[in-house]
Amino acid sequence: MRSSRAEPIPVARTNPFNPPPDLARLREGLGGISPLAYPDGHNGWLVTGYEEARKLLADARLSNRLELQQFPVAWPARDGFYGHPTPPGMFSHMDDPQHAYFRRKLAGHFNTHTLKPLEDTIQEIITERLDRMEDMTPPLDLVSHLAWPATTQVICELLGVPYEDREEFHRLNEVTASLETSPQQGDEAMAALRAYFLELVRSKRAHPTDDLLGVLAAGDDFPEDELVGIGFLLHKAGHETTSNMFALGTLALITYRDQWERLCQEPSLIPQAVEELLRYLSILQFGVQRTAIEDIDIAGSVITAGQRVTISLPAANRDPSKFEDPDELDISRDARNHLAFGFGVHQCVGQHLARLELRIGFEGLTSRFPSLHSAVSVDELHFAADMHLYGVHRLPVMW
Amino acid sequence: MIRIIADRDICISAGNCVLAAPAIFDQSHEDGLVQVIVELVDGKECDAVYEAAEACPSGAIRLVDDGGSPTGV
Repeated sequence: MRSSRAEPIPVARTNPFNPPPDLARLREGLGGISPLAYPDGHNGWLVTGYEEARKLLADARLSNRLELQQFPVAWPARDGFYGHPTPPGMFSHMDDPQHAYFRRKLAGHFNTHTLKPLEDTIQEIITERLDRMEDMTPPLDLVSHLAWPATTQVICELLGVPYEDREEFHRLNEVTASLETSPQQGDEAMAALRAYFLELVRSKRAHPTDDLLGVLAAGDDFPEDELVGIGFLLHKAGHETTSNMFALGTLALITYRDQWERLCQEPSLIPQAVEELLRYLSILQFGVQRTAIEDIDIAGSVITAGQRVTISLPAANRDPSKFEDPDELDISRDARNHLAFGFGVHQCVGQHLARLELRIGFEGLTSRFPSLHSAVSVDELHFAADMHLYGVHRLPVMW
Repeated sequence: MIRIIADRDICISAGNCVLAAPAIFDQSHEDGLVQVIVELVDGKECDAVYEAAEACPSGAIRLVDDGGSPTGV
């Protein structure tokens, strides 16, 4: 068993498109798993290797329950969240069999058949946004004019959340997703979001709608408080991630211009470009968190029961033992089996929806705005090192 | 020849198998659980089936060679 001092999770980036370089240093020096110092003073493990990450993501000896968990960096807005029991309905932080109950009921709404009719809706939404962009004079912010409104509209439509409330829940979600807001601000925003979804669920019980939350509210699989948790989770997870991927993905392509130009000429490459961008960007920048409920032997180390594990998806997705020249953005590579959506039973339930939105979004952008470019240099942009999810806060573009 | 065995108790309806091998796998319209369209494959179809088994996040897909011993995926 190798012994080395536990370090905090590396966070300093030198290139805005690459994960912190110290993640690779740890993997090269210490192997795919190394000791990790958590903010509360406890030591656990950081997983940086692809094989180790994949194995552990599928290992039932790692619990996802919130009461056992801590985040690897200080996140004051979530003080009332980590280390406390999982809120009702938040199945992403439950273990099987409880998690499986929720997953089974919900996965049917996100399967490849269910999403087909949504494809036309997504196309309409993207087309309308691009029409509006064409009528405007550049430069304009791709985040606020395309990435965010389009992805918000899609999830609102699917779930049955009123799009007209978007400014309010955008504000509240930003507060909970920021690493810099206070515990009180975080608690207040969470409470406001729960109250919002409670009212929404109640109105759907009284006046049934044929969207996802409406169908769930009309059934009796879930009591009210669980529907609130489900609604909040799917809504938040269903647009923040995709919005960030769309904006940051566009930026990566137009920065590494040969990739963008190739995509404009060969739109049939878009689906695999989406996979490569998911791998390359890995916007869950702090990875996923777990806690061992039994001892686990892996790669020469022993995770003892009770220890926390941080599985770095960005590091795993840049592991040269799995992906050749991993730090190169290459839309011609086969990036399938990246871990951007995770793995195991908690693998992102919305992954096909995300892929669909990104494919349609990039098809629209490359075909209608092939001359798209950033209006400012990359080092003038504000990247989301201050948020739970990585991305770019604003992306002024010209065409 | 490869025989495909999909365990619907383990399946989490991710649908990755359908993406990898749409001629071989489908998802139930109600609950999204895996449905094996073609149980025995050989030749070129095997590549897509190996991809599907590797991509399955829950490990619900087992591949057995025609003689009955697991192929080790």
